[in-house]
Amino acid sequence: MAEPRVIIVGGGLAGLMATIKVAEQGVPVDVFSIVPVKRSHSVCAQGGINAAKNLKGEGDSTWKHFDDTVFGGDFLANQPPVRDMTEVAPGIIDMLDRMGVMFNRTAEGLLDFRRFGGTLYNRTAFSGATTGQQLLYALDEQVRRFEAEDRVRKFEHWEFLSVVLDAQKTCRGICAMDLRTMEVHTFPADAVILATGGVGAIFGKSTNSVACTGSAQGAVYQQGAFYANGEFIQVHPTAIPGEDKLRLMSESARGEGGRMWAWKDNQKWFFLEDWYPKYGNLVPRDIATRAIHKVVFELGLGVDGQPAVYLDLTHIDPKILDRKLGGILEIYEKFVGVDPRHEPMKVFPGVHYTMGGLWVDFKHRTNIPGLLAAGECEYQYHGANRLGANALLSCIYAGRVSGVAAVEYARGLSNGAASVPASVFDQEKLQQEERNRHLLHGQGGENPFTIWKEMGRWMTEHATVIRYNDKLQLCDNKLVELLDRYQRINLSDQSRWSNQSLTFARELGNMLQLARVITLGALRRNESRGAHYKPDFPTRDDQNWLKTTKAWFAPDAGEPQFAYEPVDTSLLPLRERKY
Amino acid sequence: MSKTVDLRIQRRLTPDARPHWETFRIPHRPSLNIIGALMYIAENPVTADGQATVPVSYDSNCLEEVCGSCTMRINGKVGMACSALVDKLQEPIRLEPLGHFPVIRDLQVDRARLFEDLKRVKAWIPIDGTYDLGPGPRLSQRDQEAAYNFARCISCASCLEVCPQYNDETQFVGAAVIGQVRLFNTHPTGKMNAHERLEALMGPGGIHECGYAQNCLEACPKDIPLTEAITQVGGQVMRHALLGFLKK
Repeated sequence: MAEPRVIIVGGGLAGLMATIKVAEQGVPVDVFSIVPVKRSHSVCAQGGINAAKNLKGEGDSTWKHFDDTVFGGDFLANQPPVRDMTEVAPGIIDMLDRMGVMFNRTAEGLLDFRRFGGTLYNRTAFSGATTGQQLLYALDEQVRRFEAEDRVRKFEHWEFLSVVLDAQKTCRGICAMDLRTMEVHTFPADAVILATGGVGAIFGKSTNSVACTGSAQGAVYQQGAFYANGEFIQVHPTAIPGEDKLRLMSESARGEGGRMWAWKDNQKWFFLEDWYPKYGNLVPRDIATRAIHKVVFELGLGVDGQPAVYLDLTHIDPKILDRKLGGILEIYEKFVGVDPRHEPMKVFPGVHYTMGGLWVDFKHRTNIPGLLAAGECEYQYHGANRLGANALLSCIYAGRVSGVAAVEYARGLSNGAASVPASVFDQEKLQQEERNRHLLHGQGGENPFTIWKEMGRWMTEHATVIRYNDKLQLCDNKLVELLDRYQRINLSDQSRWSNQSLTFARELGNMLQLARVITLGALRRNESRGAHYKPDFPTRDDQNWLKTTKAWFAPDAGEPQFAYEPVDTSLLPLRERKY
Repeated sequence: MSKTVDLRIQRRLTPDARPHWETFRIPHRPSLNIIGALMYIAENPVTADGQATVPVSYDSNCLEEVCGSCTMRINGKVGMACSALVDKLQEPIRLEPLGHFPVIRDLQVDRARLFEDLKRVKAWIPIDGTYDLGPGPRLSQRDQEAAYNFARCISCASCLEVCPQYNDETQFVGAAVIGQVRLFNTHPTGKMNAHERLEALMGPGGIHECGYAQNCLEACPKDIPLTEAITQVGGQVMRHALLGFLKK
């Protein structure tokens, strides 16, 4: 067979790391991205990246990192890949350091580490409070170098539409749309890695970037890929509410000593320190978020009666704040107009991270041969709740594993994509062009932006922090209604040049399908585990629910189909999750 | 009557079309930014005089001023649409695409040239590979802090938009790219290839094109000390050129 080609969709941390790994093995790569890869959502990650380097003499170890991660995820993650990730983590930090990431330093010139939620160790390497940006730039620079050497081709401003499947349902390439000419093209590849991030836009406003719609995952789910643990959505405890989006206030603010409080009986009440003396302000995110909900909605102690509590840094030396948290202080100042060095910040929980995602095996292969997935778009490492500063790690780790696995798969093929008849590609292209035509000529009077807002409101209200079965059922009914209305979309813009409404309408269809997976997955799971909390089923139920949810799309069934598979708990015994 | 916000937006539906202006009147909301206004128009594409129109095309992604996408001209000045709050702007708020880059549609522009120029100056550290090769070099806190300033460049192109020398004729790479040369040329490993980056800056569009207008410094939304980089790298280029001359 001729030298294989690999396509990678998504240019965030996972996608770029996979790109580097594939290119490093001498295999040419095509990277597709909606935005120039340097503008991917990974830039928004703030606080840091975990690795048990034990540079603070605390006796930290990769095993403890593994234990914290599995425990933090309430035992829903398969344990072997988490162990492997935490073992490799210190080496990943070294690699990034050699790439020139400007990590903060100690007086001796070594890497500095700080604390994050869900651990008692200083395990988080950081670059100010823009760590994701710094890591993404380092990978972006390496990929640019490969690009200059013609080992990588970038397709920026391209939207992924679907995978091309042959008669055996093997992935043979992708179908994508040029976001300027709006032309649809197919691209053959021997292996495809999706690295398309989270699904925040399904909840309307979130801390995610505009491109994080989950559209690619929704598309391949409808083509037969399993979607795992969709019901696990992380709501970050500290975001700044905004008109257009929720802006994250990093957990590193608490890692550096920030304290959360609300007024109670005319006194500052440090509710997290009060309720969780051992971990204090650094309990994991699901727990901090539920605590804030309790303070605001049950106890009625929100700031000025509003849904907000204080995140306070004013007791810390402003010079230290600038050095370690500069990036987030600047965001608060610019968007709220208040200096958090001198006034406590007002924050409230916001949808932040997608623990669930495309089902993959330990080599990041989906159930569709030839299609792999890496990063936030897959489900592998975080179980029922992700620990802070583990996301950047899992993206880079998954990028490495998937990059190697993709080349292994592609080289092992006896008949590569070149052997597939052109008609297979033409057919997929025609089908996608037909969808565009349908959307462009729709006359039904429904507005995609309005449908999106309604979906976001319903999902945020019923499928986030606190879940009730009757409400989840109502939410799914609503989604069915919205899907019906979606068929009658009428685009005001019917042009064929850089038509952002058309792209958005396409994404919306895929979002609605995934919204149902999230909602119905939550409805079925009658227990509370990590970020999934039902007051009517307040405890974890390992007897019945220590299992991975796998949803798949059956075109004729009218709703997602569900199956469950056991979690690999071969390394750590189960224990009650208490902080 | 509830409060409203007036915007005047320069539009063109294709790159070759003649630009025209449309006015919009949208409801005011607290902490509304330009992106929020454009989102409102996308859902309600009707001009102030009631004419149906189409949503405005624009670049955006993170909406928190770290992805560098949404640079545009706001009331005649370059700015980021996400961090531009309408309450701080004089109405009607005028939105135009950047002038130093080809317009794609409406407020969307093509900034590919910036990324090509980063390639020209080899803005990376040529590592041996991604496998386990031990830790990176030590760095003092001072050097880290100085370098971090330049590592925060979001490639928004604000500095290029305000630069009088940034045009097709000069092919000047501009401050953002020189800032990256500063970053890599002082890194302990990046230094080893400093000469390659300096030579790139000695050629067409190199640092000699800088006219020291210093507009870049003020336009940078991240307060990156760009003129400091230009001075430093300018010195490096001079020394490198001189050494090259003496060796001949």
